[in-house]
Amino acid sequence: MTLPIFTPSEDPGPSFFGLLQKVTPNQKPLERIGEGNSVTHGTTIVAIRYEGGVLMAGDRRATSGNLISHRTMEKVFPADAFSGVGISGAAGPAMEMVRLFQLQLEHYEKVEGSPLSLDGKANQLSLMLKGNLPSAMQGLGVIPIFAGYEEKTGQGRLFQFDITGGRYEEKDFVATGSGSLHASTVVKLRHSVSLELGEAISISLEALLEASEEDSATGGPDILRGIFPVVAKIDSDGFERIPDGDLADRTESIIQSMSQRSGS
Amino acid sequence: MTMPMYVSPEQLMKDRADYARKGIARGKAAAACTYSEGVLLCAENPSNTLRKAGEIYDKIGFMGVGKYSEFDQLRIAGIRHADLKGYSFSRDDVDARWLANQYAQILGQYFTHEMKPLEVEMIVAEIGDSSQEDQLFHLLYDGTVMDTSSFVVIGGEADLVREKIEQDWKSGLSLQEIVKLTTSALSGPDRSFSPDELEIAVLSRGNGRRAFNRIEGEELNGLLA
Repeated sequence: MTLPIFTPSEDPGPSFFGLLQKVTPNQKPLERIGEGNSVTHGTTIVAIRYEGGVLMAGDRRATSGNLISHRTMEKVFPADAFSGVGISGAAGPAMEMVRLFQLQLEHYEKVEGSPLSLDGKANQLSLMLKGNLPSAMQGLGVIPIFAGYEEKTGQGRLFQFDITGGRYEEKDFVATGSGSLHASTVVKLRHSVSLELGEAISISLEALLEASEEDSATGGPDILRGIFPVVAKIDSDGFERIPDGDLADRTESIIQSMSQRSGS
Repeated sequence: MTMPMYVSPEQLMKDRADYARKGIARGKAAAACTYSEGVLLCAENPSNTLRKAGEIYDKIGFMGVGKYSEFDQLRIAGIRHADLKGYSFSRDDVDARWLANQYAQILGQYFTHEMKPLEVEMIVAEIGDSSQEDQLFHLLYDGTVMDTSSFVVIGGEADLVREKIEQDWKSGLSLQEIVKLTTSALSGPDRSFSPDELEIAVLSRGNGRRAFNRIEGEELNGLLA
């Protein structure tokens, strides 16, 4: 490996993706052959906008067909200091997409000296999804959620995608993955215009819990092993994980109110 | 038939070296110094956009003087190299020594094979887990590499600045102390810098994974006061 220096006409600019294609032209990083159901899949992610930021939460289960392959998988990641990405779908390509995406944002920031705009970041993710379309058609689809904090407006923004790279900005909340139908119903009913962070955390936990009750591929809170969803807030302080202790307390009170509801 | 003019290799190398040295000496000096928390990168630079110091990787920083377009191209090549290496192997496998050697090869190749040598002088800095592991690599226009763990001065009038820093530098200085020491050495006794004339960045162990941080605005005013 020598120092990658290009002539001006060959220069890939600040894109790490472009650079990768220049140095390994025959290797398309996101193209894989499908293997059907035995491929590990990750599931439900929700993102909720609250007053002054945005919250992302994802369950911890990964499945291969009817089996649980991981109990502690993480599906919500920081994309850079002020944005996060959550993934559902085939775990292998999804993890690689996140790695490339994180690198792409950091690479751009280092080369150019300033970060991409939030729209620019969302567009980059959309382009990566478009590149993954051949594998998606073979059953290795990846569906991410992208959320970030925008400094100039002081608010969080949410983006939803489809496997073709279609990018859709949502106003208040978004959910993806196999349990998304149930999760988004919970969020939809609970959501209000000026939501506080604490409420948003509780809503996201409840949404994932309800989804785990109806969808076998979504993992609920595992109190036996102390495994809770990955919940992260993105606001003016940047991307920050909510500690498990806080999640445990909130989960307990949700379970209590659920048990009261069922009268046991 | 005309004979090509004979130039001895010694003369050729000397001419090239003189050419590069002149180009570098026209610019201002810049310095990298280790302190208790990491490495300070400091340069006199009135421009707010054409930077001399930059981030290469998690623990690796860069500073160049001389011809901007040339060292900036090398900076970008360094980022690309480091990101590619980290992507193919692991983030821990990217180190400054490797990068400095790659830079040295390119500089050496330009110096002997190209029409003109690169008119640049550069520093590659890396911080470790403790201040004993901090490293500074000093690269010259002809591909010479030197490494130190104290301080490096590059650019025009570097010798004068080096002498001044040498008098007062010791290991374990605080950020405020090292900024005062370096800026007063760069400015000389007759003048002092306003914050707009300085470009200051640190690689600090306190910054988490990405150690590089520019010090600007209020923070810089506070340090210079």
